[in-house]
Amino acid sequence: MATDTQTGASAPVSHEPIDASVAARAQTIKVSRDGIALTALSAVMRLIEVPFLALQRMLGINKLAWVFLLPNLLLFGLFAFLPIILNGFYAMTGGDNVLLQDRPYIGAQNFDLLSSCDNFLDPNSCLQDKFWRAVWNTTWFVTLQVGIMVGFSLLTALILNREIRARGFFRSVFFFPVLLSPVVVALIWKWILQREGVLNAFLDWTGIGGYNWLIDADWAFAWTVFLSVWAHMGFYTLILLAGLQAIPRDVYEAATMDRASAWRTFTKITLPLLSPTMLVVLVLALIKGVQTFDEVYAFTGGGPGTATTFIIQYIYEEGFAGAPRLFGLAAAASLMVAGVLVLLTLVQLWINRRNVDG
Amino acid sequence: MANTAGRMTLWQMLTATRGKNGKLHWTDWVSYSYLILGVFLMFFPVVWLVLSSFKTEADLQRYPPTFLPYQQITVELPGMDGQFPLFEITGGEHEGKTLAQLRRVGLVAQMVDPSNPDERLRIDIADRQPVQEVRLAVENYTGLFERFNFLRFFFNSTFITVAATLLMLLVNAMAAFALSKYQFRGRTAVLLLVIGTLMIPQTVVLVPLFLIVTEMGMLNSLWGVIIPGAATPTGVFLLRQYMITIPDEILDAARMDKASEWKIFWRIIVPLSAPAIAVLAILAIMWRWNDFLWPLIVLTESENFTLQLALNSFQGELQTEWSSLLAMTVLTLLPIALVFMFLQKYIATGIASTGGK
Repeated sequence: MATDTQTGASAPVSHEPIDASVAARAQTIKVSRDGIALTALSAVMRLIEVPFLALQRMLGINKLAWVFLLPNLLLFGLFAFLPIILNGFYAMTGGDNVLLQDRPYIGAQNFDLLSSCDNFLDPNSCLQDKFWRAVWNTTWFVTLQVGIMVGFSLLTALILNREIRARGFFRSVFFFPVLLSPVVVALIWKWILQREGVLNAFLDWTGIGGYNWLIDADWAFAWTVFLSVWAHMGFYTLILLAGLQAIPRDVYEAATMDRASAWRTFTKITLPLLSPTMLVVLVLALIKGVQTFDEVYAFTGGGPGTATTFIIQYIYEEGFAGAPRLFGLAAAASLMVAGVLVLLTLVQLWINRRNVDG
Repeated sequence: MANTAGRMTLWQMLTATRGKNGKLHWTDWVSYSYLILGVFLMFFPVVWLVLSSFKTEADLQRYPPTFLPYQQITVELPGMDGQFPLFEITGGEHEGKTLAQLRRVGLVAQMVDPSNPDERLRIDIADRQPVQEVRLAVENYTGLFERFNFLRFFFNSTFITVAATLLMLLVNAMAAFALSKYQFRGRTAVLLLVIGTLMIPQTVVLVPLFLIVTEMGMLNSLWGVIIPGAATPTGVFLLRQYMITIPDEILDAARMDKASEWKIFWRIIVPLSAPAIAVLAILAIMWRWNDFLWPLIVLTESENFTLQLALNSFQGELQTEWSSLLAMTVLTLLPIALVFMFLQKYIATGIASTGGK
């Protein structure tokens, strides 16, 4: 390594990451040596070592892996796998008791109730019209939000991938809203969009004229899409940017040699080579979009009326917010959402595998 | 490295027809315009929030709003209690003077000249303009601590974030160590199991999770928020991916020196994985600080509320009192904004490495 740096600037770039990571690791080890809190921590860790050593003698090194896995698997079992099974039991029982033994078995009644519709496209013809409104709202929302968001994320990533001054700054700017909590995001935009807010002041000033945005069902819905794109697009921009930067440079060099036009290079090289990342981003955005709740709940509360009530809010309100608490109905609806999510995740895994296979 | 390579790619592609001598191509103009519009769109709402949070309730009611927070200047008058607002007179016989208003009766204001407080003047209210200066209404913030249990909410949020992050790091790092550095039967099965949990987000198991947390006596307890989310598939994968790159020879050498497996984990693997652990820690802090739906279900008593819950419930109660609400919003986003400012480089790498997988 030392000789490399001495031989000069011929190829310093290729060795930089290795040097940097070694230095970073050395530094973290050095830093971790000091600090009183860490001394206390290492005392605790030495205490944990005693039972671990005993287990190591009993089980041997390779079986010790299970001991390392145990806490994680326990948590997964208790808070992910057990619940998904219990969800089935809840969906098949009625009443408003939490304890399963107090709940009467009612078979598929909850599902029947949810799916009793004359026409699935028209929520008014359904017994649980709110559920179907939520389903259709979510469908529309996800379609619009994912489409617009991925489009803008791709555009932003392409621009950030050019030779831009202060790229780090611009990247952080687009990423910044991702960190804000959903409630904060909702309040920021509520404050801007209110009747006497800054947006209406601007529109009045230009002569277009302000509007009471969140009272109007269509506008409220449009703004939830906007707010959601605003809050999350930085995340997908970052992933797409990483994908763009992973495309090998020599492919472009070859294209330049062949005098390929910019547009042709984009459609024949960039897009195909980016498509694995694009698909991952799409599925990820869909999975998150279906689960949209926090920011919209704090923003419009699902209103006006049920214009922005999405499926998770329906589950929350049936199961927890109202009285009686219809846990069965909420669980049945949850299972339907879970079905959609499992499907999407399987698609994602299938895409990944297909990409690996070529 | 990927960075430099990437910088060349699209650049070369899009500048195939670019003129010489370093002039900006039209595509550069479009790019920079887009980015600057982006800066405005992403930052202005937050800047507006912060500026608004320093306005008095009266200033917030003003329409159209001013950019900076203004307050009317008030003066004390000799021989009288209290503060009196200053006005500039724009018409009538006293035009050009600056007067203090004693009281207003209908359309007429009773005013005095502060330099000559004994002479009462009657001014038509259409002839006066308030004298204002830029001043921050810090009382919006101090009021939060006096009127609400703000520190309690802050503590709850901090406690949940710190405890959950530490627990998650430990549990996930142990699992990632087992999955990256041991050969044992069932490893593939465990990996599949971890992938399986990706499909079961909290949002689809709310009801049974509620039962389990209730049965464990953690309802309305901060632990009920901390523990159920402590094991995350993302965390396991992120750390495992990094730990795989640590050479096995280091472990073998340590085993030769009779180091126990726990010691290898704690003294070698954890320090060497510090960059990945840092990334996961930042993500965990972000997730937990901003968490909303699950705390909303578990924490029903207001003394257990996190900042997010408090903020949401206050927006119902304080609908007409934006000054407190905005100040509280700023205080809620402040810690995350600080974390972001200092660690944004790590956050970027973290997202890029977890999201892509």
